This record gives sequence, C-alpha cells and structure tokens, in this order.
Amino acid sequence: MANLNVKIGNLELRNPVMTASGTFGYGLEFQDFVDLSELGGIIVKGTTLAPREGNPYPRMAETAGGMLNCVGLQNKGVDYFCHHIYPELRGLATNVIVNVSGSSPEDYAECARRIGELEDIPAIELNISCPNVKQGGMAFGVTAQGAATVVKAVRAAYPKTLIVKLSPNVTDITEIARAAEGEGADAVSLINTLMGMAIDAERRRRVLSIGTGGLSGPAVKPVALRMVYQVAQAVGIPVVGLGGIMTASDAVEFLLAGATAVEVGTANFIDPAVSTKIVRGIDEYLARHGFSSVTEIIGQLE
Amino acid sequence: MKRILDLRITAVERTSQTSVLLRAAAAEGALPECRPGQFAQLSVEEQGTLLRRPISIHEARDGEILFLVQEVGRGSRWLARRRAGDVVNAVLPLGHGFTCQGLGRGERVLLVGGGVGVAPLLMLGRWWREQGVEPTYLLGGRSKDHLLRLDAFREVGRVEVTTEDGSLGERGFVTDHSLLRQEEFSLIQTCGPTPMMKSVARYARQRGVPCEVSLENHMACGVGACLCCVTADREGHNRCVCTEGPVFPAELIMND
Repeated sequence: MANLNVKIGNLELRNPVMTASGTFGYGLEFQDFVDLSELGGIIVKGTTLAPREGNPYPRMAETAGGMLNCVGLQNKGVDYFCHHIYPELRGLATNVIVNVSGSSPEDYAECARRIGELEDIPAIELNISCPNVKQGGMAFGVTAQGAATVVKAVRAAYPKTLIVKLSPNVTDITEIARAAEGEGADAVSLINTLMGMAIDAERRRRVLSIGTGGLSGPAVKPVALRMVYQVAQAVGIPVVGLGGIMTASDAVEFLLAGATAVEVGTANFIDPAVSTKIVRGIDEYLARHGFSSVTEIIGQLE
Repeated sequence: MKRILDLRITAVERTSQTSVLLRAAAAEGALPECRPGQFAQLSVEEQGTLLRRPISIHEARDGEILFLVQEVGRGSRWLARRRAGDVVNAVLPLGHGFTCQGLGRGERVLLVGGGVGVAPLLMLGRWWREQGVEPTYLLGGRSKDHLLRLDAFREVGRVEVTTEDGSLGERGFVTDHSLLRQEEFSLIQTCGPTPMMKSVARYARQRGVPCEVSLENHMACGVGACLCCVTADREGHNRCVCTEGPVFPAELIMND
C-alpha cells in the first residue's frame, strides 16, 4: 500500500479523501455502510451560531448529470452541536471537521470560537459560499473584500486549521482564494455548488421553493477541475478539491490538478459506501503507476 | 441494520396500465429485516437520472421482497421495465415505519390507501393480523383500474373500496365511505395522495382516533444526510422525512 498521508495546515489526514459538508450528515448516518476510520476526514453539516430552519420544501431537483438543492443551511445551531452532537462524534476514529456558516463576520467568528473550544475538532471549513441563504453565505464569498473581512474575523477567533470554502459563482476565483490566503487561511476548498435553476414546463412553475439552488454532481466536475487547477497555481496554501467526484479516477484528476485532498459529496447519495471505495481506488492507481506516496502526484501534470 | 445489496428480480407482474409489482430476492445472502412502512432506495441506470428512487416496501417475508412501482418519471419507468433475472441495487431498510404493535386482540385498525399509496399497507396489515388484530382496508382510486392488488389485500383483511367514477365499491373519495360513519377503530393508518391523507387525518381528529400518515416526498440521500426531503411540522420546524418519517403521527404534521 502506498503512503496516502497528506497534510492541510496542522491537520494530518491518513488519506486525502474527506466527505463534503451536507452530503454525509454527521457521519453517524453512514456507519452501517462505511468504516469511518478508513476516511481522511468527514466534514459535517453547515453549522451556524443560531438554529436555522432552512428553506421550505421542495429543496431538490434532479438535473442531467447532477442535482440542485436549496436546503439553506438547516441546522440546530452551534450550542446544540456542542452539547448534543459533538459528544457522539468524539469516539469516531477519523478527523471530524465542522463546516461553519454565518450572516455577519461576528457570527462567523463567534461560531468558530465555540467550535475551537472542542478538543476533538481539529479544523473548520468556513463556508463563505452557500448560494441558498439570503444574508451572508455566498455574499461574503463573491468579492475579495468580503472574503477577506470574514476570514480575518475568524482567524482572530480560531487558532486551529482553517479551511475556507470558495464559491464558483464569481468572475475570478483566484482573487478570492488569494484574499483568503492573505488573511491567514490554512487552506481553501473548492468548489461549492454552482447556482442554477429548474423549471417544470408542464406546471409552468419553478421546481425549487426559492427558485434557485446549487448544482452538484458529475455535471460540475469540469468546472471544478479547472478552478482547482487555477487556484493551485495562484496560492501557496493547500487546495482541497471537490465538485462531482464520483470515482477514484475523478479524485486522482483533482490531485493531479493540484489538490492536496479531495471531498466526495453528491456521490454519497448514490452509493453510501463510495467514499472508502475512492480511498482504495487511489491506492490502486498509485500502485499501478509505481508511486509510493500520494504526494508524488499532487499537481504533477506532465 | 441498513445495507447496500443487489436484489435479483424474480418476477414482474403488471398491476395496472401504469404500475407493476416487482418481486425480488437478495442476489447473495439474506435480506435484512424490514418493517411495515419502511422503504428502499433503488438504483436506476437510465440516461438523465442520477439519484436512487425511494420505493416503499410492499411486502418482505420468507426471503422475498415486493415493490409496487407506479410509472411517473424516467426512474420509475426504468424500474418498471425490469425483467426476471435483472439485478437492481438497493439500500434498505430505510426510514421509520408504521406503528405495528400495541393494540390488543379484538381491537380494530383501519388502513386507508389511495393510488400506489396502498403499497406499504399490505405488509402492515399482515403484521397486525399476526398479532390478532384484524385489519380493515379502505382503498380508493379513480376507477376500478386504479385499484392495485385487491386480491392480495383480501387475503390479509376485509377490503372496502371507493372509486371516483363508481366503477367499483362506493362512489366518491375514501372519506365518503359509509363505514366511516358506522364503525369505530382504535387506530387509523394511511398512505396516499396528500389531500386524501389530510381528509383522513381530519376525520381521525374529529373522532379522537390516533392516526399515522406516510409521506412520499422527493429524496436525494434517503439516510438523513442531505435534508432535501423535509416536511414542516405544525410548529414550522422542518422534519426529515427519510429518517424521522416517512410515517408521522398525523397531529405532528397536519392541522387543517
């Protein structure tokens, strides 16, 4: 077996495969299907300072090669997470990373500070890219200034590994990535969902309750791969790649494009055991090509 | 325990112009234990689809599992085109099913179904019957051609029927049926179109009878991870249908 270890800031992953926020619950939901200790990490649901009900049903539309969602960060808030969910996650033999969202820099920072007090959470992923909430969310992720403001506030409140999740709904994603790096992010992850829309022609209605939603799944992979490639060239911090990864081969493509680690998202819905299959598939790829460590292929396009 | 497993289709029977009965068994090993009202996420290999389809478990016993599939879109049409010998991947059993214990011998349970919503009521009725509780079925459809598998239900319990065109049973909706004015039940359990379940829930509330409803919201993951399938409860909190449901106490989610 090749050495699959990678490092994101101070965070050591036993392999580069994590599960994407909002697609794997708190990990516990998937324990019947996968041995969580085989994963590099799990990024649990978006957590906000105050509880959020999210958007009304319908929240999902299947599209060609993908799906749209407008869940809108439904969660019970950081206090509930700390007191009721965290105790259940402490025993998991993998890195548990919390995705943190908010509607003001102060909210983000306070939520991050509370998560920072939890001994067994080694990192957060800062969500400045949710397309489905009215205030905050993506608003901070679409300008370099907005991104810098939030990352600066959170950096001051959170000493552990800080990953900033970027929106693809921008003109130049490298600008936003550089702004996050400039304010002390340890890594960036990309891409969050691409904003889209679905219409039911027969009923002449918008399918999703709020009209628009975020597109994920294999349909977005080429866009994600291009953006990961661009950002990896533009910043010095590690890049975590995600967007439409369904197979080990997809994951290897992101590593070759310059990602140090990857996140598997929508694929978990289609095969709840896919994440660990991707770990094994990366190992097989490395063996087949004669590499002894996964780090040998990161950004190594011929 | 939830599992991902291949099912081998053993027989496909047409049940109406737009629905089929799939009979299947585990391709290898045993089926996990399934309870009435639970569902399976069946994989679909059809161009233009990505996600699994949540399909109610119609019956599961003696190593065989049955699904009633209504052809409504690309995914369900693909499932309905399966033939004996085909393999379909499944994640099951999922969800929180119907209450199926706690009534005493001699108590009466009313199972109200409409359209393909009758599916989970077959297994539910059998479970009740095995505990000495005789189930009464009240099944509704647009016409007699829309009433699925009446013979199978008759093997489990007494069956009363309504059709909108009067082609079988009493004319009208299930809630118009005379038995609702004449008989008393300890529990009502229902699955079908939302307007039907709402009127059944209203009837139950007026009579002071506990009532459970089974929802069929669109889902992505089926295991509580994505929260796409939620329904708002009476207090406006969004409840995850695939894990807290699909069966809910009517008073939790219906108040009109």
